[in-house]
Amino acid sequence: MTQVVQLRMTTAVTKMKKRVGTPERLTTQRLVFTLCVLAVLLFIVGIISIATGSEQVSFSTVVRIISEKIIGGVADVSPEHRLIISEIRLPRVLMAIVVGSALAVAGSAYQALLRNPLADPGILGISSGAALGAITATIFAESLPISRPVAAFVGAVLTIAVVYALGQGRRGSGTERLILAGVITNASLSSIVIFLVTSASGARQRSVLSWLIGDLSGESRLLLPVALFVMIGIGAVYVNARSLNLMMIGEEEALTLGVETRRVKIAVYLAASLLTGAAVAVSGAIGFVGLIIPHSVRLVGGSDNRLVIPASALVGGAFLMLADTIARTVVAPRELNIGVITSLVGAPVFVYLLRRTN
Amino acid sequence: MLEAYNLEFSYGRPVLKGVSFSAGQGELFALLGPNGSGKSTLIKIIVGILHAERGTVSIDGRDLTAIPRRDLAKLVGYVAQESAMRFPLTAMELVLQGRFAQGRLIGFESERDISEAEWAMRVTETLEYAARPVTELSGGERQRVMLARAIAVRPKVLVLDEPVANLDVAHQVKMLGLIKRLSVEEEMTAVVVTHELNLAAEFANKVLFLRQGEVIKSGPPREVMTEEVLRGVFETDLIVDDSPISGAPRVTLIAGQ
Repeated sequence: MTQVVQLRMTTAVTKMKKRVGTPERLTTQRLVFTLCVLAVLLFIVGIISIATGSEQVSFSTVVRIISEKIIGGVADVSPEHRLIISEIRLPRVLMAIVVGSALAVAGSAYQALLRNPLADPGILGISSGAALGAITATIFAESLPISRPVAAFVGAVLTIAVVYALGQGRRGSGTERLILAGVITNASLSSIVIFLVTSASGARQRSVLSWLIGDLSGESRLLLPVALFVMIGIGAVYVNARSLNLMMIGEEEALTLGVETRRVKIAVYLAASLLTGAAVAVSGAIGFVGLIIPHSVRLVGGSDNRLVIPASALVGGAFLMLADTIARTVVAPRELNIGVITSLVGAPVFVYLLRRTN
Repeated sequence: MLEAYNLEFSYGRPVLKGVSFSAGQGELFALLGPNGSGKSTLIKIIVGILHAERGTVSIDGRDLTAIPRRDLAKLVGYVAQESAMRFPLTAMELVLQGRFAQGRLIGFESERDISEAEWAMRVTETLEYAARPVTELSGGERQRVMLARAIAVRPKVLVLDEPVANLDVAHQVKMLGLIKRLSVEEEMTAVVVTHELNLAAEFANKVLFLRQGEVIKSGPPREVMTEEVLRGVFETDLIVDDSPISGAPRVTLIAGQ
C-alpha cells in the first residue's frame, strides 16, 4: 500500500517536473522575468533595511521619502526621519548595493575565467592586493580620497598578475595550482597589510583595522565615483558573458569555437579587478560574497553567464544590505563589522562547495 | 580536402619534424603513434590552437593562418581529450556554444541556432537529455554532447583528440561508428587521434603512424598496418592477421610470454 502511494507520488513529481519543464536553455523571457523578480526583491530588502535601526522608521515613511527623492514633491514626514534616512541610511544602503554587486560579479567573472566555482576575490588574494593598494594610498595621499579606489584597482590588477604567473605550470595553469598561488599571495599580502597597520598611530590603527574586516559605515562621499566604476566593471564583464560561457568549459576549445580568448581574458580580468578594487576601497575586504552569491544564482537559475552576471549583481546587493542591517542591529548600540556576518555565512558554504566539487 | 605540408614545431626540442599528409572529404583519418610522438601537437596545429613554425595546413586550398578566427571556427570542429565540467550547464546550452561563431557576440541564439543544435543532438543521440546538466552525464553521454557541440556549425573538418580514451568497449564502438557516419553522411573530414589500433583498422579510411615527430607510414589500414610497421612504431611484440568479420587488419599484442 505505502509502496503504491510512494510510486504515485514519484510519478506525480516527475509529471510536475515535466510540466514545469527543466529549462533546456536560457531564453530572453526567462532572463527578463528573473531579473525583474530580483529587482523587486532588491527594492523590498532596501526598504526593510532603511526602516530598520536604532530609530525605527515605518515602511510608508521610507517609501514616501524615496518617492520624494525620485519623483519630487514634498512628503509629509518628520524632519528627523528625513535626516536619518536621506543623510545616513540611504547612502549606506546604496553603498551596500554597490559593493555587494561589485563583489558578486567579480566572483562570477573569476569563476568563469578560472573554470573553478571556488574562485573568489578574497580567496585568490585579490582583495588583499586591493587593500594593500588602498592602505598605501591612505598613507601617502590621504587628502585625495579618489586615490583610494584607483590604488586599490592597481593593487588588484598587480595581484592577479602575480597569482596568475605563480599559478602557471609547465603545461598552462591548472586551476588548483592557481587557487594555491592565490592562498599564498593572500597570506603574504595580508602580512604586509598588518605590518603597515600596526606601524600606524593608535587612533588610525583602529579605524583601518575595522575597515579591513569589512565596514560600510564611512566613505559616503565616494559613493558616486565608486558606483560609476562598478557600473563600468559590470558592463565590461557582461558584454563578455557569452564568451565566458565557452571559456568555462576550456580555453583552447573556446578558441577553436571562435572566441578571442586573449582579449576576453584581459578585458574580464581588468574589469573584475576594477570591481574588487572599487569595493575594497570603500568597504574593506568583505569576504565570501563573490563565492556564495554566484553559486546560489547558478543553483536556481542555471549556469549561463548572461543570467549569472546580472542576477549576481542584484542578489549580491540585496545580500549585503541584509548583512549590513544585521551587522548594525544585532549588538546595538554597537556595530558589528559586516565582514564578520558574511564570513559566518560564507565559510560553511565554501566547505560545502569544496566537498561537493571533489 | 585537408592538407598538411612539411609541418615543423618545437617546444625547445623538436616535436614535429616535417609532417605532411592529406585527408579527403568524407574520410576518417586516424593518427596513431606512441605517447609523445607529436599527435596532440599536430592536431592543435590543425585546429589553430598552435601555429606551426614551418610548413602549412590548408583546407580546400586555403591556408589556415590566413583565415580569421571566427571563420575558421565554422570550418573546423574540435573535441578535446578532456574538458572541465564543473559548471552545471545543460547539454543543450553546451551544444549551443558550438554556434558561437555564427551568432552575435552579445545576445541570444537564433531559431536557426536552436534547430541546428537540435540536429546535432539528434545525430549524436543526445537530444533526449537536452535539459540535463552536463555535470550529471556519464562519460559516454558527455563525449557525445561534446561531439554535438563540435558539429553544430557543420564544419568541413572534425578533429578529435582521443575521443574513446575513457570509454568502455561498447561506447568506443558507438562513438567511432558515429564519427564514421558523420564523415560519410555529412561529408566531413574526420581526424581522430587514438590508441585503439583495432578500432582504427575497422573504421579509418586512412591511418598515419607518427613516431618522434616523423611520419613513419601513411595509407589505408590494409596496406600499412603490417607487423613490421607496428613493431617499429610501438616497439612492442605483436602479430597482425585479418579480422574474421571484416577482413581488416587485427592486431594482437604478445604479452607476458
